[in-house]
Amino acid sequence: MQYTFNWAIIFSGEYGRWFLDGLATTLEMSGISIVLALVLGTFLTVLRLSRITPLVWFAVSYIEFFRNTPLMVQIFFWYFGSDPILPGFFKAWLYRQNIEFATAIIALSTYTAAFIAEELRSGILSIPKTQLEASRATGLSFLQAMAYVILPQAFRIIIPPLISQFLNLIKNSSLAMTIGVMELTYMARQVEAHTFHGFEAFTVSTLIYLSLSLLVSFLITQYNRRFLRIGSAR
Amino acid sequence: MPMIEIHNVNKWYGDFHVLKNINETVEKGEVLVICGPSGSGKSTLVRCVNRLEEIDQGEIRIEGKSIHAKDQDINRLRAEIGIVFQQFNLYPHLTVLKNITLAPMKVKKIPREEAETTALALLERVGIGNQAHKYPVELSGGQQQRVAIARALAMKPKIMLFDEPTSALDPEMINEVLSVMKDLAREGMTMLCVTHEMGFAREVADRIIFMDHGEILERGTPEHFFTNPQHERTKAFLKEIL
Repeated sequence: MQYTFNWAIIFSGEYGRWFLDGLATTLEMSGISIVLALVLGTFLTVLRLSRITPLVWFAVSYIEFFRNTPLMVQIFFWYFGSDPILPGFFKAWLYRQNIEFATAIIALSTYTAAFIAEELRSGILSIPKTQLEASRATGLSFLQAMAYVILPQAFRIIIPPLISQFLNLIKNSSLAMTIGVMELTYMARQVEAHTFHGFEAFTVSTLIYLSLSLLVSFLITQYNRRFLRIGSAR
Repeated sequence: MPMIEIHNVNKWYGDFHVLKNINETVEKGEVLVICGPSGSGKSTLVRCVNRLEEIDQGEIRIEGKSIHAKDQDINRLRAEIGIVFQQFNLYPHLTVLKNITLAPMKVKKIPREEAETTALALLERVGIGNQAHKYPVELSGGQQQRVAIARALAMKPKIMLFDEPTSALDPEMINEVLSVMKDLAREGMTMLCVTHEMGFAREVADRIIFMDHGEILERGTPEHFFTNPQHERTKAFLKEIL
């Protein structure tokens, strides 16, 4: 049987709308997860570098655990398996949310945080020790020196690897369809099921992911160029 | 009461005995120059005063209070002691102005406006009032070191430590930094200066100590030091350096 391409059908009726809805969900889910992952990742890095043994061990175990297990399994764990170990108040809060959406965000941000923590640690280690020394010598505490002197320089250095973590997160967010989040891939699948035009449906979703990634990458580099131009040279 | 008292201080790096039984007293407003060959322990000694390095034995007191006391807040101690490093160590991601206002605003909680007014006045004083909004990389070495001095002075320290402040500078920039240090000395700042600038030592030091292999071998006024050194090692060093 000959396959007949039909691009028009993708944009007929409701289908165009479905893609847009899916894209919106993907963007919202990725956006929230990126922010949470950055905060959590930074926190882990500070623990990792704190020189306080139990905190260091916690951070190391966290990072190794989340980096070395499949994201798919983590998503299923949070969705199907975490119920008995979550504290009551948190569960109550969770059930008031869109549970699939919230679970996907938890899984994506906790997973990505582990990678960000490693990137950030290497960024921090590349800042000369004399920067910490000079700031501590003026009376700044360790945390103040981190916040105002070390981290701003480290983030600048790790912007390229950070971009790829962000892009990975956006792409990984497609796994959320497996627990029923109606994001872009889920919607493409729906369009395919309704139209039997899988090639067109997934080509469109592929192109949307591609443009999204290129756009994010472009924006961050522009930001970097404009606002963080000076000061990386030493 | 003396500003700084150093009592029987010993320090080791592993097996290496870097400070051997150091005793020294610095009065308020006194300028003490520490000289000696590299590896003699002079930088280490200075860095022990604000606890960038910890000593193994002995005691250091600032205005009579031990800096190792349990109730001594280390950040508070450091806020009262300025230090200027060989490599300037300015914050490359901040403007000159923000380099100077950071610690006053975050440690002493001084409001931004007041901190900036003070910073601009200090920049004026070190002769680079027009560079406030530049980044460190845009300045020459001599200018960067003057910013570093202003950054330390912004905390209104009781003591200023200088750890070879001119050693990383091109020769034509050394004087601009030294002249700022001379002004400071004349204004009555208590200063500990590790330096090889013997002209500076002769002109502004109240006393000079000579260190070698972790020991103070010679101490005295500049006049004694340059005209009548007692120790053979000092004589050899002066011959090298003058």
